[in-house]
This record gives sequence, C-alpha cells and structure tokens, in this order.
Amino acid sequence: MPQVSVTVNGKPQTVQVEGRTLLVELLREKLGLTGTHVGCDTSQCGACVVHVDGRAVKSCTMLALQADGAKVTTIEGLAAADGTLHPMQEMFREHHALQCGFCTPGMVMAAIDLVNTHPEGLTEEQIRHGLEGNLCRCTGYHNIVKAIAAAWPLMHGKSLPAAAE
Amino acid sequence: MYDFAYQKPASVADAVKLLADPEAKPLAGGMTLIPVLKQRLNKPNSVVDLAKLGLTGITVSGGTVTIGAMTTHAAVAASAEVKRAIPALAALAGVIGDPAVRYRGTIGGSLANNDPTADYPAAALALGATIKTNKRSIDADSYFQGMFATALEPGEIITAVEFPIPQKAGYEKFRNPASRYAMVGVFVANGPKGVRVTVTGAGQNGVFRHAGFEQALAKSWSAASLDGVKTPADGMNSDIHGSAEYRAHLVGVIARRALAAAG
Ligand code: FES
Ligand code: FES
Repeated sequence: MPQVSVTVNGKPQTVQVEGRTLLVELLREKLGLTGTHVGCDTSQCGACVVHVDGRAVKSCTMLALQADGAKVTTIEGLAAADGTLHPMQEMFREHHALQCGFCTPGMVMAAIDLVNTHPEGLTEEQIRHGLEGNLCRCTGYHNIVKAIAAAWPLMHGKSLPAAAE
Repeated sequence: MYDFAYQKPASVADAVKLLADPEAKPLAGGMTLIPVLKQRLNKPNSVVDLAKLGLTGITVSGGTVTIGAMTTHAAVAASAEVKRAIPALAALAGVIGDPAVRYRGTIGGSLANNDPTADYPAAALALGATIKTNKRSIDADSYFQGMFATALEPGEIITAVEFPIPQKAGYEKFRNPASRYAMVGVFVANGPKGVRVTVTGAGQNGVFRHAGFEQALAKSWSAASLDGVKTPADGMNSDIHGSAEYRAHLVGVIARRALAAAG
C-alpha cells in the first residue's frame, strides 16, 4: 500500500493510504481530525476546505497522495496552543456567523485565505464572491460576511481601507 | 471510487511511457477527473499525476503569452503579466468555478477535457491559440472536435498553450444559477488571427465560432454592428434551464457584454 507523508497542523505524519484515498478521508478517518466536514462530496459546498501549502482547497476533491510533501492546515490547527482563537474564529463567534456550525470549518478556512490574498482591502462584494464555493444552509451569509470584514483589520494589523458594508 | 495505482512521474517522457497503457488516465488538477472517478464513470487501472513534470509557469515574449499546461486558474488570474498582455484571459481564469477550484484546476486539464461548458476553450479558439503537446503543436482551429472531443491522441500530453496577444479581447458569461457553469459564454477578440467571436456553453457540439458576429465586427467593432445579425437556434442546447431559442438570444446579449468588457 502506498504511503503519504504530510505535515498536518505542524506535525509530520506518514500514513498508509490507497490510491483512491481522498485527502479528507486521510484527515478524518486516518488522523481523526473530524473538524473538516463532508457536506456534498461533489466539490460544491466547501465544508471540506482546508489549506494545502497555504491555499484553501476542497479536500474532498484531492487525493491524499497528491498532498504528499505538503503542509496541511485544518480547522484544528488554527487556535494557539493556549487555546486563543485565530482572529477569524474569534470574529465568527463575535458576529454570530454560525448557527448549526456544519459549514463553519470550511467557511473559516476559505475566509482566512480570502483575507490573506487581499492585503489591499476587501469589499463586501469581494467577500460575497470569495465565498462562492462555500454553502451555508442556516445563516443567510450576512453575519459571515460581517465576521470576515471584521477579521481583516485584525489579520493585517491595520484598519480596512474600503468600507466593507 | 474504485481503487487504482497512483503514479507521479518526474518527467514528460516517463509520463508518456506510463500513459501508453490504455488503462491509465492522466491527472492534472483533478477538478473533473476526481468527481468522475467518484461516480465510477471511469475505471482506470492507474492514474498518472502530471504535477511533477515542470509544466507550470507563464512567460510573455514577443507577441505571445505562453502558459504551462499545469498552471492553475488562480495563477493565471493573478498574473500581472497576463493582466497586462491579455486582460480578458486573466479575467476569464478568475471566474472559472470557485476560488478553491481555481487553486487546483489547470489550463491543460480544461483544454484536454473540453467540457462543452468550459471557459478556456472559448479563449483558445477566439485568440487562435496553439496547443503544444509532447509530440506536436496543434492549432486551436483543428484542436476542438465536439463535446469532450479533441485532436489529442491517446496518451498525448498537453505541455503548454501559446496565446497570440490581441489588440482587444473580452469575455463574458451567463452562469447557470444552480450549477454555476456557463449557459452561454462569449469571447470576442481582435487579434493576429483577425476578428473572432466564440461561444461556449450553448452549443450541442461544444465551443464554436459565430461567423455572423465575426463578419459584422470585422466591418465595425461596435455593439451596434451586431444589431440585426441572427444567431440560429439550430444546434443549441435545449433543456429545463432554457430552450435553444433562449440560448440563441442569450448569445447576442452576452456578446454585447463581452464587447463592452473588451472596450
Ligand atoms: S464536501 Fe467537499 S465541497 Fe462539499
Ligand atoms: S451554519 Fe449551518 S450550514 Fe452554515
């Protein structure tokens, strides 16, 4: 059986997988990291979004072996060792950006990538388009958009240039 | 998904050898192949990952933009060089799928698959691109051969795509509100290969050139010159999302928007 070596949330792991094992199966079933969810399994909902080498990708649509050698970050890897939440997690809590919470891990991972890749600022419209690959069946998105706009200044250490509302 | 042997060769020559096996499938970004495998619509014995062949990167020289086959949509969309040389191409790459899909999906994968609702075929055909493979160069005009059909031979690998830089180009699409794929996408270009208008998403045979619009725009590059030029409903898709007549009408609407985007 082939082996895959990945660094997950800072910890190097070598795991036996099949050719067909998906990255999300490696995370959830082999490594017990069940914070990453599977909503659709058809690349649509974004509940499975994790970071592979810093980029937000759908782990249900990537083979575990494609991630060989990569650094993977999941929702479990965001908070500091002392339990301090990542600013994006903190703003999701602050702005009540979740109800059932099923979409939330993927939303948070996608949102962090969105903020990281927009150091020049982020408008409400850009946030809404940036969430195109993430579905939420509860919140109506409004508070998610607010939380992301609120996290931008915290993550970039300055206030948001363009009005996000 | 049925199991398969996963292979990640380190050179194009090795990949070609592995793909000589008719039961082997090439894997680019996997945004189509992995869903297809999940649905058990395909059952390869081996999957050959093209990620380590050194086929990524963008270069602009002379009048040509060359994009490595494994370059992701996100990389093309964010490329300052593509934005400067062919802004319509960067804009097109930036509206494929969603952000997570754009980090994995590749230009070579999109062109090799030639999905009838894909975006890149419209750009390649309108700009008169050249598809470079491990064995030859294929003109876009002879490359696209109907839905999911291309000039690629079994085991042939796209290595790069060359786009001649046009004077003007624009792309616009109308997405199916549910699937988000293009119901109609129109690419207009005025470049070294002349004035070209291509349509994706609408036709039963995949991407096609719109001769009527091309002639009208060659006379005068303006939305007004499209007035009165018919788009035949023959050969258009017709389904629960829209009739052939609806799509034919939409082609005219979206072509005008693409022209506005081209400036
Ligand atoms: S589970 Fe991956 S996109 Fe829905
Ligand atoms: S909070 Fe329930 S799906 Fe988003």
